[in-house]
Amino acid sequence: MVTVSPPPTSFQDVILRLQTFWAAQGCVILQPFDMEVGAGTFHPATTLRSLGPEHTWNCAYVQPSRRPTDGRYGENPNRLQHYYQFQVLMKPSPADSQGLYLQSLYALGIDPALHDIRFVEDDWESPTLGAWGLGWEVWCDGMEVTQYTYFQQVGGIECDPVPLELTYGLERIAMYVLGKESIYDLPFNDPAGPGRKTYRDVFHRAEREYSAYNFEHADTDALLRHFADAETACQSLIGHRLALPAYDQCIKASHLFNLLDARGVISVVERAAYIGRVRDLARACCEMWLEAA
Amino acid sequence: MAEFLLELFSEEIPARMQARAADDLARLMGEALAAERLAPASARTFVTPRRLTFAADGVPAVQPDLSEERKGPREGAPQAALDGFLRSAGVALDQCELRDTGKGRAWFAVVNRPGRPAPEVLADVVARVLTGFPWPKSMRWGESTFRWVRPLHRVLALFDGKPLPGAFQPDEHLSLAYGAETQGHRFLAPEIVRVVDYADYAQKLVDASVMLDRDRRKSAILNKSRQRAEEEGLSLVEDDGLAEEVAGLVEWPIVLMGRIDDVFMEVPQEVLTTSMRTHQKYFACRKPDGTLAPRFIVVANTETQDGGAAVVAGNERVLRARLADAKFFWDQDRKTPLETHAGKLGSIIFHARLGSMAEKVVRVGALSRTIAGRIADADPEAAGHAAALCKADLVTGMVGEFPELQGVMGRYYALGQGMPPAIAEAIAQHYAPLGPGDDCPSASLSIAVALADKVDTLAGFFAIDEKPTGSRDPFALRRAALGVIRLILENRLDLPLRDFLSEAIGHYAAVVDDLKPATVANDILAFLADRLKVSLRDKGVRHDLIDAVFALGVDDLVQLLDRVSALEDLLTSDDGANLLTGYRRAGNIVRIEAKKDGADGYGTPNPTGFTQAEERQVADALARASTDVADRISAMDFAGAMSALARLRAPIDAFFDQVTVNAEDTDLRRNRLALLQAITDTMNSVADFSRVEG
Repeated sequence: MVTVSPPPTSFQDVILRLQTFWAAQGCVILQPFDMEVGAGTFHPATTLRSLGPEHTWNCAYVQPSRRPTDGRYGENPNRLQHYYQFQVLMKPSPADSQGLYLQSLYALGIDPALHDIRFVEDDWESPTLGAWGLGWEVWCDGMEVTQYTYFQQVGGIECDPVPLELTYGLERIAMYVLGKESIYDLPFNDPAGPGRKTYRDVFHRAEREYSAYNFEHADTDALLRHFADAETACQSLIGHRLALPAYDQCIKASHLFNLLDARGVISVVERAAYIGRVRDLARACCEMWLEAA
Repeated sequence: MAEFLLELFSEEIPARMQARAADDLARLMGEALAAERLAPASARTFVTPRRLTFAADGVPAVQPDLSEERKGPREGAPQAALDGFLRSAGVALDQCELRDTGKGRAWFAVVNRPGRPAPEVLADVVARVLTGFPWPKSMRWGESTFRWVRPLHRVLALFDGKPLPGAFQPDEHLSLAYGAETQGHRFLAPEIVRVVDYADYAQKLVDASVMLDRDRRKSAILNKSRQRAEEEGLSLVEDDGLAEEVAGLVEWPIVLMGRIDDVFMEVPQEVLTTSMRTHQKYFACRKPDGTLAPRFIVVANTETQDGGAAVVAGNERVLRARLADAKFFWDQDRKTPLETHAGKLGSIIFHARLGSMAEKVVRVGALSRTIAGRIADADPEAAGHAAALCKADLVTGMVGEFPELQGVMGRYYALGQGMPPAIAEAIAQHYAPLGPGDDCPSASLSIAVALADKVDTLAGFFAIDEKPTGSRDPFALRRAALGVIRLILENRLDLPLRDFLSEAIGHYAAVVDDLKPATVANDILAFLADRLKVSLRDKGVRHDLIDAVFALGVDDLVQLLDRVSALEDLLTSDDGANLLTGYRRAGNIVRIEAKKDGADGYGTPNPTGFTQAEERQVADALARASTDVADRISAMDFAGAMSALARLRAPIDAFFDQVTVNAEDTDLRRNRLALLQAITDTMNSVADFSRVEG
């Protein structure tokens, strides 16, 4: 039986409902990883835990994600350089994973009797993590609401058992279920309650300032040095068999690369080389994570 | 005889893989059933996003028995040999008999293999087909090592109304019992459906909102879309490829129409259609005047309670967000003239070893002027101007967002700033033709820039030895070469390629170390000849004739093909066929005798040494033919040149009938060999006949 909840009332209501839903499925509800990352996949709870050491690992968390090149100085109603992903990882992938996932949409008030929900091929790959998987982007009335992936490889290592990764684009889903045309108009908390705030109140200034930083003021020479430092530190920590601290440095290098990319100082050819360097770090971290377990 | 029904029910199969999967299933099941002596009377396959179905009629209930005679060791062979034979045939000695083979007596056994019941065999066949299925990309899920395109959930397998025995169990982590159950539409009819045979299955699926037949889904999509457009006084922009894809995204197609906000209609229609088609899989509609209508057609996979209102509203929102981005770029890009955009091409790499796009544009400009100088009505300066701007749109926001609109956007921006239409067209068309089916530019400026761009690309990548190998052609050089060939041939350009290639290669002298211009030119010419043969093979032009003319060093493609065509006419005529025989005979004799004599050749024949009328007649005919052939070729009259050669037939035939080449007299023999050599030399001035096959 399909039970559809009433629509959420705010951005945080969307998050709370997803947390509640996945907690009820036995997921460990984690908090965001405390570093700058480009996507929820970078959280060690996904990258490293999808490989091991334990056989079963179910978790869910919100991850702020930074994509410096997507910054629009707060002027585009659909694009942000900092946004939220809701990430679920279930290993091994549950037998009726699609059914379970659809239940989570119903919990967000999306009614299949009114909406067109489809699974459209989209194979996922993260060249910097040396990871890939097969799956879909899930469409609701033509809008991508979730990236749905059965991981096959992470850090160049075969996943066994295979984890299922779900990545919900929170702002986009919230705009849809709350009927808003602009991210900034989303009610962040209860729009009828005291102290009500919109997404604009909370984040608009950050979008303006970080866009200026990303595109204009990031000191590229310093960033290039930081990249090299992070790379060296990562390698050295691998030498000390410290997978988690090493992986922090890998994440750092990856984000520095994104910043350099946004500043336009990396040519097409160099780009591939930088990606390769981050991938080598990720691979080494994943191998050490398993080896030193 | 009974019916066999198989349905492989999985999570959503990528649309682009469905048609081939159905074909593969038909082929693999067909082969396996035939090999198991269970070939059906007829079979069909179906595919939807969630199921692959095989239905066969007239499958034998039991495999026919197999009786096979096997010959063993001869009588009196060692006991070990006989034991081995009995073991392998699975019989006892008293079931064997001794028979005379004509070379003594030997043991024979008749091995009877009784047929197994079809269900047992089918269970094995299904397991084999599942395990070996050739998905272009497959995956594991859960804990099993079994791979399928996406997780496989059910195997419906009915023979004569009953499920096959057992289960598909590739390892200890996955077991799918062969059953009689399936599921209908994911949302409209999620209940389990039990079926007894194909007719029942097909009916129950329709009842459960699943249109099983892919072609029917596709035609339903197209018909309903046309109808929906007509209701609004519009016509559907027919798009068969999109209909194919959409048929793979739905089990129950519901055609709906949405609106595009008027504010977006000023954006070029290519932008609208690209955004709609590639990102959203929407069909476009046209108004009666042929312009794009502010409507789109979306094919949903479900019937909703509100008649699709929420689905349409949602799709309109998504399109609005996408087009808002596109309109932003459209407005932004036009604030800057193309010349200024072009100034930023230095930051775009053409190739690490070949410099930036800015440098490429300079080279293409020079080449465009050269080509325009050889086209009657083309203005070299205008061609240079078009070339200078042809890549400018690569740095615009719109092309950054929609790379497939490169060129097209350049045209809009050029027209917007008041440039002559011919220049704008050249910018738009300079990437063309993109394939054998693509339109080839025919306006003179477009030809010049399109050809210059491709030749520059070939010259650059050949200069750094990045030639295509096997299936690897990362820089699409085969496509560039085919483009060069089509541009020259379809526009009948008078362009000696060697000189032109040398010019193009010369432009790379500053960036490529150790450049060997002559070698690179030869390599590119050989590559072009090769592509020419491939592209003409489909049109039935003989590749050996292309070789025969190309061997003369003809590097003007139009002339080359004219010569090939004249040569083909000659060779299909009676005179030509006989002439070729004569040519080969002459060539063979000279080769064999020269080898005996250890001679390089026999020089020119001496007229005073002729003793027979036939010798003189051949010599006279050759002298006439040489002059005529040279005259005709310089007048580009290749048919005339071939006729001149054809007149050699009679004297050459008469020569071979009446004259003994290997005369006793040494001088006489050498003079006759020289005459034979003159025959092949004269003919080789028109085409290298030694390369003609057949």
